[in-house]
Parts: sequence; structure tokens; C-alpha cells
Amino acid sequence: MAPLQTFHDSLLAALRLIVTFDPDLVEIVALSLKVSLVGVGLAAVIGLPLGAALAIYPFPGRRAIVLVLDSFMGLPPVAVGLIVYLLLSRSGPLGVLGLLFTPTAMIVAQTMLVLPIIAALAHQFLKDLWHEYAEQLRSLGVGPRQALLTMLWEGRFSLTTAVLAGFGRASAEVGAVMIVGGNIEHATRTMTTAIALETSMGNLSLALGLGMLLMLLSLLINGAAYVIRDLSSQRP
Amino acid sequence: MTTTALPLELRGLAWEAGGERRIDGIHLDLAAGPRTVILGPNGAGKSLLLRLCHGLLTPSAGTIAWRGPAASEARARQAMVFQRPVLLRRSAAANVEYALRVRGLGRGERRARVAAALARTGLSDRARQSARDLSIGEQQRLALARAWASEPELLFLDEPTASLDPAATHAVEAVIEAMHLAGCKIVMTTHDLGQARRVADEILFLHRGRILERQEARRFFDSPATEEAAAFLAGTLKW
Repeated sequence: MAPLQTFHDSLLAALRLIVTFDPDLVEIVALSLKVSLVGVGLAAVIGLPLGAALAIYPFPGRRAIVLVLDSFMGLPPVAVGLIVYLLLSRSGPLGVLGLLFTPTAMIVAQTMLVLPIIAALAHQFLKDLWHEYAEQLRSLGVGPRQALLTMLWEGRFSLTTAVLAGFGRASAEVGAVMIVGGNIEHATRTMTTAIALETSMGNLSLALGLGMLLMLLSLLINGAAYVIRDLSSQRP
Repeated sequence: MTTTALPLELRGLAWEAGGERRIDGIHLDLAAGPRTVILGPNGAGKSLLLRLCHGLLTPSAGTIAWRGPAASEARARQAMVFQRPVLLRRSAAANVEYALRVRGLGRGERRARVAAALARTGLSDRARQSARDLSIGEQQRLALARAWASEPELLFLDEPTASLDPAATHAVEAVIEAMHLAGCKIVMTTHDLGQARRVADEILFLHRGRILERQEARRFFDSPATEEAAAFLAGTLKW
């Protein structure tokens, strides 16, 4: 079969899988969304206040922490996967929890991967904002905790971008979830790990279908965020 | 307000940066009543002095003390309006309400005070508008409304009309005058000598971090007591 025809046939088969809501495909997409959304959610809950605190509060060692976060933005996913693997493996310190090769392990890995991105970007955004607000808030008698909450709210549009950057990284990630999840069918198989596996096995239709959905998902999330930012900026 | 935290007493106040003394040995009492305008050339230390008084900077030496039984609540008795208004990304009314929430006021009182402050500053019809969409003159009046809503005993103003056109300047001066008539002590810096003549009851002339002269406003402009002040008014003072 000619390469072009193979691609054409695979594309048609992929579209068929999508429009018929193929159960395997739906299961993989649902698990991918769950892992990425929970992982990014946890990273945001920790990373946004952490970034804000680093931007607002002066304390010894702050610059060192910022340096570490900035460096960890480019953490190799396989390195994170290896660390989580060692932590969760039977002989590791958290081995008793029995989390290795479960979606929870994948969530832990994605949280670790995305946390530095969200925290570092939040710090960068809010540092500039704090420079503008600090004197006024101190003049109003705003305390440290309230200042942090105020900065998170005032920077909400920029922080949305930080969270989206994290989601982009999480949804496209393959190395870490492959190591700690094991890519087990009907258990820990995500879109990216499935694409890698199906491609290597020559099953291009499923790989293509998942690839198209991954790109569509990315487009939808970014489009939604764009609309939210646009609408929010028009509100008081 | 049944008690007063004024006068504000400054004793031997100094502030240094990079080994340079920018505020140098200031002794001053700021009592309730007359509007005090601080004049001086660029770099004289006018804004620094306001920030020290307001507690935004910590003195290198000397003391700042509030008098009266309410001294412990001094922080809540003062407000400051800056040259460039810093407003939160929310509505005009929400900006004023935020300052009141920080002070722990209840919802009902907050609403009443917000409405009153916006009305006094001519911004009632802008209450729901985004603060950042207001004109720069309206933004500065909103900053004044935010300060007024907290019912300060003492208001510091750091060149509040420096970037405003004449009409906006007039509107801001009208609010300042209204606050003065309502019993708020005004302490303001400006580079605009015309404004100083209009607004001031007394002038503090600051030069190189020191107060060289404190005079009743008309006397200061008619017959300044120091050569530096005379040169400043003539536009010939060299830094």
C-alpha cells in the first residue's frame, strides 16, 4: 500500500473511531483528562500561592527558591518520572501506599512536573504587579495574608495563562506518566502513551484519532481561556 | 470621632539611603487645622517625609509619635493619596469598599460609606464602572473617595495633581477643600506654586532634607525668610 493511501485510510479510520465514540478511545481520553486536570489543579492550588508568596514576602532564601523553581521549569519528564517511580516503588519510602502503576501515581508525577511552571510564572507575573501595588496596600493597612489574596485576584488574568501553560505541559507529557503509570490497558493508558504505543505497533488509526483529539483539546482549552480572559477584562 | 491622635510629633527624624542622609534632623509638630503644603525643589525630600510620617518608611533615626488617647489607633486615623492613583481591577465602588473591608467595617456601614464617599467626590454615576476605565482625573478623585471613606483625621497627599489638566486639578482641589472643611488635617506636597497659594494655610519649605522655613502661606510667598526660599520662588535655587 502506498504511504499516501495508508495515511488516507488511517485518517478515515481515525475519524470513524471519533464519531462512533469508540469505547477504548473514550476511556483513554477520559483518563487523560482526569490525570491532567487533577494534576494541574493540585499544582495550581500549591503553585499560585507559592508564587505569590515569593513575589510578596521578603525572607532569607527567597532568591534561592526562585532560582530552583526557574530551573525546574524545564525539568525532563523522564527524570520526574524516575523520581516518582523510586518514591512509590515497593522498596521506596512511599511503597507501602501501593500507588505505582495507578492513575494516582500519574497525577503525582504531573503535579511535580507542572508545579514549578505555575509557581515560577506566577512569581514573575505577581512580582511586577506587587511593585505597582505594594505601597498602596501598605497605606491601606492591608496585612500579609490579605495582600497575598488580593494579588492573586488582581493577577487572575495573567495567572490563567500560567495555569494554561501548565496544562499544556501536562496534556502533552508522555515520559513521566509512562514510567509511573506503566501504560497499562484499561488502567493507566493516556492519550500520549497510547499514541506512542499504537504508533510503534503500526496501529496508526487509533494513534491518529488520539492525536487529533489531543490537538482539538488543546485548541478548545486555549480558546476557552482566551474567551474567559477577553470577557473578564471587559468586566469591572 | 471623639478623640484625636493629633498632633503628629517628629523629633530628630532622619532617613538615609546609600550612605546619604536624605532627611536630616527634622523636628515638627503637625496639629489639626491648617492645611500644610510642603514645598521644595526636586530631591528635597518632600515625598520621603510624607512616607516617613505615614509609616511607609522606617526612620534611620528619630521618632514619629502620635499624641492623644487614640495614638495606638493612629494607623487607622490617617490615609495617603499618591501622585499616580493605584486602583484595583474592580469597580469604583468596590475599590472604596475594599479599603473599608480591610478596616473591618460591617457590610451595612461599608455600603453607606461607599455611597457617601462617591457622592462627595462626584463619582456616584461611576460607581459600577471599572476603576481603570475612569479618566485619570476621576481616578484621582476615586483615590480621594477611598481615603475619605475611612474618615481619616490626617490625609497625606503626594503631588496629587501632578499629571492632571486644569479642570481635573480644580476638581481634586475642591475635594481636598471639602475634606479640610470636614475636619481632616491636610498635608500635601506640590511643585505647583499656584496651587500652593490656593490650597495652603501654611508652608513648610524643605531643602536638602531639612526644613528651612515654616511660615503662614501668605507671608511665605510675600516675604520668604530664607535666601533659599526666595531663590526657590524666583526659580533660581540651585540644587
